[in-house]
Amino acid sequence: MKFRAKIVDAACLNHFTRVSTMIAKLAKTCTLRISPEKLNFVLSDRVASGGVSMWCELEQENFFSEFQMEGISAENNAIYLDLTAENLSRALKTAQNARALKIKLTNKHFPCLTVSIELLSVSSSSRVVTHDIPVKVIPRKLWKDLQEPTIPDSDVSIYLPVLKTMKSIVEKMKNISNHLIMEANLSGELNLKIETELVCITTHFKDLGNPPPASEDASQERPPEQMAEVHVDIRKLLQFLAGQQVNPTRAVCNLVSNKIVHFDLLHEDVSLQYFIPALS
Amino acid sequence: MKCLVTGGNVKVLGKAVHSLSRIGDELYLEPLEDGLSLRTVNSSRSAYACFLFAPLFFQQYQAATSGQEALRCKILMKSFLAVFRSLATVEKTVEKCCISLNGRSSCLVVQLHCKYGVRKTHNLSFQDCESLQAVFDPALCPHVLRAPARVLGEAVLPFPPALAEVTLGIGCGRRVILRSYQEEEADSTVKAMVTEMSIGEEDFQQLQAQEGVAITFCLKEFRGLLSFAESANLSLSVHFDAPGRPAIFAVKDSLLDGHFVLATLSESDLHSPALCSPELHRLAPPLQAHSTPHLDDFASDDIDSYMIAMETTADSEGSRAVPSIPLSPGLRPPCSPGPFSEDHEAEPSTEPGTPPPKKFRSLFFGSILAPVHSPPGPSPVLAEDSEGEG
Repeated sequence: MKFRAKIVDAACLNHFTRVSTMIAKLAKTCTLRISPEKLNFVLSDRVASGGVSMWCELEQENFFSEFQMEGISAENNAIYLDLTAENLSRALKTAQNARALKIKLTNKHFPCLTVSIELLSVSSSSRVVTHDIPVKVIPRKLWKDLQEPTIPDSDVSIYLPVLKTMKSIVEKMKNISNHLIMEANLSGELNLKIETELVCITTHFKDLGNPPPASEDASQERPPEQMAEVHVDIRKLLQFLAGQQVNPTRAVCNLVSNKIVHFDLLHEDVSLQYFIPALS
Repeated sequence: MKCLVTGGNVKVLGKAVHSLSRIGDELYLEPLEDGLSLRTVNSSRSAYACFLFAPLFFQQYQAATSGQEALRCKILMKSFLAVFRSLATVEKTVEKCCISLNGRSSCLVVQLHCKYGVRKTHNLSFQDCESLQAVFDPALCPHVLRAPARVLGEAVLPFPPALAEVTLGIGCGRRVILRSYQEEEADSTVKAMVTEMSIGEEDFQQLQAQEGVAITFCLKEFRGLLSFAESANLSLSVHFDAPGRPAIFAVKDSLLDGHFVLATLSESDLHSPALCSPELHRLAPPLQAHSTPHLDDFASDDIDSYMIAMETTADSEGSRAVPSIPLSPGLRPPCSPGPFSEDHEAEPSTEPGTPPPKKFRSLFFGSILAPVHSPPGPSPVLAEDSEGEG
């Protein structure tokens, strides 16, 4: 099993750093899946993560000038590594003025992802920063739980408002209740509601627009005014929103009534899917 | 005693106090012939810091009124720091700072003359004390390195602010290496991220040490002096000896000098691999002088043998392949009181607080009594004869 990659372009490096920072905000530990074409950051819906799951995908050739990998075997040409997301984010952040960044899978007493950064320096001498991020190699038998999630058939699909706005609203609501109701319809309306004995607060977002339906039948069946609602833990929603430092290129929310909220985001060329289950 | 500091020097003084506050909770102030000395020591006696401001640093400097003994006092660091709490404000508004102490009053008076006629007077109560003096001599240390503070500031940048200890040494190719040091708890399988910074010899003004020498010390305490040196744009020199012996960090210019003496981990306490050993060549190529990409192959990737071992175990055990390594965010709590390796004489520390590197041994301190006085109050606990290891 081998992995080695290199980034030399400053813009690619910054973008990759932003992605890793976002992942670090969304999950404490996650799985990094390395395959010949792609890198994925995966969080499977284990009890530990409270049922939240995540699938982030990026095309390696959009970032790396060099990329070589060899999976476990020819038929299973992938590498699955568990790591603490914050370590990767911290390591990449030290590469602000890097001439080049290399990532390698190594075994220094224990398996590591070694990030080696050559810094630009004023003097002629080079400076090298190396970070050894401990990783856990995931055996092939467990790979089945870490595959790309199937997109559920949603009742309503809607474009999201500016995420920063949503975040500041949800932050304030969190002080009042942990139980948030998300509802949306096919007329571009999204509501965030909390209800307690003393007070009910609803924030209405209008004219958001809905993505074109997957199939003709689906759209005709459902009355445009009818809301699909999902009750979620507000903290999980907040964690998701807090991870989005930059407003995405495209942000869609799919609601399956009383089941799950599925966020489908695109940050330039990096796709992120995030699932929050309904409160039972 | 009466000292008057004016202009930009007020901020320098403030910055020095901030540095000292990173080490200890009590400030020992002593006006000497050759200047005003500010000293502190941490509660476990594993770090000592002192700044000496020459008479020329002051617009007016009077160590002692004629006929009187120079007074020595000990003040709460917190109180003295409060005077210079906001350096930005000090820089903008304070024109003069007058520090005075006379035997009759029971207060150290620090008066700030600010803009617009504002005058802030701080009356700080103090305790008489004996002189705090650590016995150390940079000249006795075989290894020295010296660099502009900026270089060292950049060198510690990749390390998280919470990191307690760091190893400094000379790696292959005469490169200066700084590596994060993680205490490994016996029962924990949690592994922390290891960060290493490698700087070329050319960035140093002086480098007198062989490849392979290294010391491990408290980074947080070092940062105290480093930030002072960076703001004053000075060079910082590090004098060190074998692991276990104290390391001396020094800054100097015509008007002041500062010394931080920090304990270092002894050989028996060290877990991390040596910085430059044959074994390490195989495991950690980055320690070598930077190699061209073409030479950088997969030679060090032993992951295959690990992987094979894992697969066979999986077949035989059927359930989980290898003992998993649960992961932590890689940051250790800053104040982890590790087992204090206490196989030595050290005086019982009377203060209850525990600073981070409890396992650092107490530094060697001498006790210098004034010729005439006998110590009036409880003496600071100091160590013993010079034959003891450091």
